[in-house]
Amino acid sequence: MTFLDVIQIFDSTIRLATPLLLACLAGLFSERSGVFDIGLEGKMLVSAFFSAAVAAVTGSVWIGLAAGIAASMAFSLIHGIASITFRGDQLISGVAINFLAAGMTVLIAQDWFQQGSRTPALTGAARFSPIDLPGVEALSGVPLLGPLYAQALSGHTILVYVGLLMVPATWYILFRTRFGLRLRAVGENPGAVDTAGISVARLRFSAVLICGFLCGLAGSYLATGLAAGFTQDMTAGRGFIALAALIFAKWRPWYALGSCLLFGFLQAVSNRYSTLDLGIVEIPNAFVLALPYILTVVILAGFVGRAVPPRAGGEPYVKER
Amino acid sequence: MSLFRKMTSAAALTALSAGAALAEPGLIIDLGGKFDKSFNESAYTGAQRWVEETGGDYMETELASEAQREQTMRRMAERGADPVVVLGFANASTLETVAPDYPETTFVIIDSIVDEPNVQSVMFSEHEGSYLVGLMAAMASESGTVSFVGGMDVPLIRKFGCGYAQGARATSEDIEVIVNMTGTTPAAWNDPVKGGELVRSQIGQGSDVVFAAAGGTGVGVLQAAADEGIAAIGVDSNQNYLHPGTMLTSMVKRVDNAVYDAFEAAEAGNLQTGVQVKDLENQGVGYAMDQYNADMVTDEMIEAVEQAKDQIIAGEIDVHDYTEDDTCTAAGF
Repeated sequence: MTFLDVIQIFDSTIRLATPLLLACLAGLFSERSGVFDIGLEGKMLVSAFFSAAVAAVTGSVWIGLAAGIAASMAFSLIHGIASITFRGDQLISGVAINFLAAGMTVLIAQDWFQQGSRTPALTGAARFSPIDLPGVEALSGVPLLGPLYAQALSGHTILVYVGLLMVPATWYILFRTRFGLRLRAVGENPGAVDTAGISVARLRFSAVLICGFLCGLAGSYLATGLAAGFTQDMTAGRGFIALAALIFAKWRPWYALGSCLLFGFLQAVSNRYSTLDLGIVEIPNAFVLALPYILTVVILAGFVGRAVPPRAGGEPYVKER
Repeated sequence: MSLFRKMTSAAALTALSAGAALAEPGLIIDLGGKFDKSFNESAYTGAQRWVEETGGDYMETELASEAQREQTMRRMAERGADPVVVLGFANASTLETVAPDYPETTFVIIDSIVDEPNVQSVMFSEHEGSYLVGLMAAMASESGTVSFVGGMDVPLIRKFGCGYAQGARATSEDIEVIVNMTGTTPAAWNDPVKGGELVRSQIGQGSDVVFAAAGGTGVGVLQAAADEGIAAIGVDSNQNYLHPGTMLTSMVKRVDNAVYDAFEAAEAGNLQTGVQVKDLENQGVGYAMDQYNADMVTDEMIEAVEQAKDQIIAGEIDVHDYTEDDTCTAAGF
């Protein structure tokens, strides 16, 4: 393995980790407020479709992005109404959202474009193009760091950097603001928050909407940043991997960055090598791909630290009388 | 009285239309839809060509879900369609139960073998077509490395990859062929993001021509190839128009010819049951040339490909078929 290989694997890691990271942070907001969300996949999918479809029609990726976010937030609202207002089962609502998204996107795509449930291929301004970070020139002379910065870190689309910036932003909102404190409290003990005279429903709705916003970014990145258009079921389980990453990160933003980068790295490695030769043993590709799930199970089983979900997670809040 | 008259006339009409429908062929468009730019659309085009050339009529229905297969097949047979053409290997098990119930009707299944006396099974020699595009890929490559992205890791896709690798190796002994499969579940047919990522990884390893046999994932592969400026090869239908300037060619599978031939043979009354192989010789598979890739393909390539084609037809070159013994030394699996 040469240094060039390493750079290319890092480059690929960042591309693959970004949709996971955005979805993972989305789940983090929702679950920290006590609303479990297994509908991340579905929300990413509607966002991917609407961002690609609107970008294809208008020719502007930014209008597409807005449409994708709007669609994803609308789905969040459905989840919120079902599980917060009407106190339905959050898991069932999430599953319903996944099914609704899978069916609806294909149906509308076929009706609008008649291209076998695809949107037309996006070109030019209808896609996000790579941007170069400042300082690429200045660092180009530095050995190791220069090429690493220029090729692995720089040259991604803007949503990658938005995703990376969302990590400190999430940390700040959750742990340094009053809103964040209340949001975490509502996920642990909604009764106490209610007693303090703060609306539990409103806090949970805002968390769920933030979740929709971030899923919107993730879906839009898939369809207009990485690929050039929507194809049927294009999220391919990334929403579920993001959930695994969230558990792996024990519902914390910085850990989420770490776990998503790790999962992205494992995908990048398995894309690159059909078998991983570690000198002593050869690890088959399939095992590397399965590692995220195995690691998550190990964490959940409590072998390496303990993953404690927000205490009030999954339970609708009923006001005491 | 008037009601009675209406009913008798309606009955007469039904009888008439049933009589007229007796010789009509039927086509069941599979999941994915009539205009999928690929398999189904190709079949539809073949049927349309038959209509244009013969002025005949045919029945057509489009499946909306997996559960409708049997019902649709039976209804088509009961309405008197003959032959009934079904598309894709997913129909095989259904056809095995339906075909014996309608011994008077001939069925045609594409891409799978159903062993019933009234079924024609159409198989394509994908390995031969892939061999030709592999040959072109190796000639077009400047880096000496070419690559293949498959969809779901199934024998049919390995058949493509195996033929491709053989074609590339026939051009030059020391060419590098990188083979990647997108996954092992049906999700691998619809993951353009991973497809794109696989190509970028292959480019990192030196590949400058990629062949995608991966359904919806292939869209991402061809797109990434266009973005990174390397040559790409499409599959099934002619996909050259997708990215003019980077599309080297497409390995076409003439499903349209299979449908056309079946319709025409049925009209002439000599539709053969049993296995029909569509290969290079009867133009069942081949490589696509049009105005979009004319600049990419040199005269030497055409010459070499045509020569190889003649040799395969004459039996001088034996392209190994992966599905025969489940091994392929050229592609390394």
